[in-house]
Amino acid sequence: MNPWPFVVAAYAVTGLGTVGLLAWAWRSMRVAEAEADRLGRRP
Amino acid sequence: MHGYANPTRFLRFARPATGWFLGLGLALLAAGVLGGLFVTPPDYLQGESVRILYVHVPVAWLGMAGWTGIAVASLMQLVWRHPLAAIAGRAIAPAGATFAAICLATGSIWGRPTWGTWWEWDGRLTSMLILFFLYLGYIALASAERERGGDGRMAALFGLVGAINLPIIHYSVLWWRTLHQGQSISILGGSSIDRELAWPLYLTLLGFTSLFAAVVLMRMRAELARTKAEARLRRRAAE
Repeated sequence: MNPWPFVVAAYAVTGLGTVGLLAWAWRSMRVAEAEADRLGRRP
Repeated sequence: MHGYANPTRFLRFARPATGWFLGLGLALLAAGVLGGLFVTPPDYLQGESVRILYVHVPVAWLGMAGWTGIAVASLMQLVWRHPLAAIAGRAIAPAGATFAAICLATGSIWGRPTWGTWWEWDGRLTSMLILFFLYLGYIALASAERERGGDGRMAALFGLVGAINLPIIHYSVLWWRTLHQGQSISILGGSSIDRELAWPLYLTLLGFTSLFAAVVLMRMRAELARTKAEARLRRRAAE
């Protein structure tokens, strides 16, 4: 059995999961902080 | 730790630290993955499929470390009423759940060429699957409590009780000797993996841990900002 498709699949799953988690955490942080700033600025 | 009970003081640390953890994590991970895929030799027994080790072991460690963090945060919340403890628990849970899920997926992918099966109801695999479900339960409970304006005490109790699963996962390879191999690396006891194969593992371990820390800080910052926005909206409504 050729092991490389399994190696590539494991790295792809890990990469997609990690990048997805980072992107979601980054976006939710930026959106929440922008909203808090906006509410703080408005008179 | 109580020095960071003040959100302003915590944010003074968290804002620069988020970028540092992200940068460090990505750099270490890139070096570890390149080393693990292209530099280390194949294992004499497993051949090329041993390269899955460099992603599977760190995500497994973080799946367990995440729940350890939740248990510590829960204890701090229940005993010392640390104001950021509940926020920390809620921030850790999605990252821990993601890494537990990746651990199960990569373990299954590794199992097919190594054991000849995608899944076996082995002690380690089953206890890890239970950990993943515990994360889902914790996320649901903590979200429901937050929506209702609760103090998160039920989620904290759940976080402490769920920690019973951690020694079960750790010792499962000794208690039920089935398919999953025994422990080959430990924080205190060194490693039985040859140095020629082990070095990228240390890089990916540190890299994934740094990224985990960055995600937790980002989630905590998001929660604090949301709390601040809600307080400002309430103040406006009262005016």
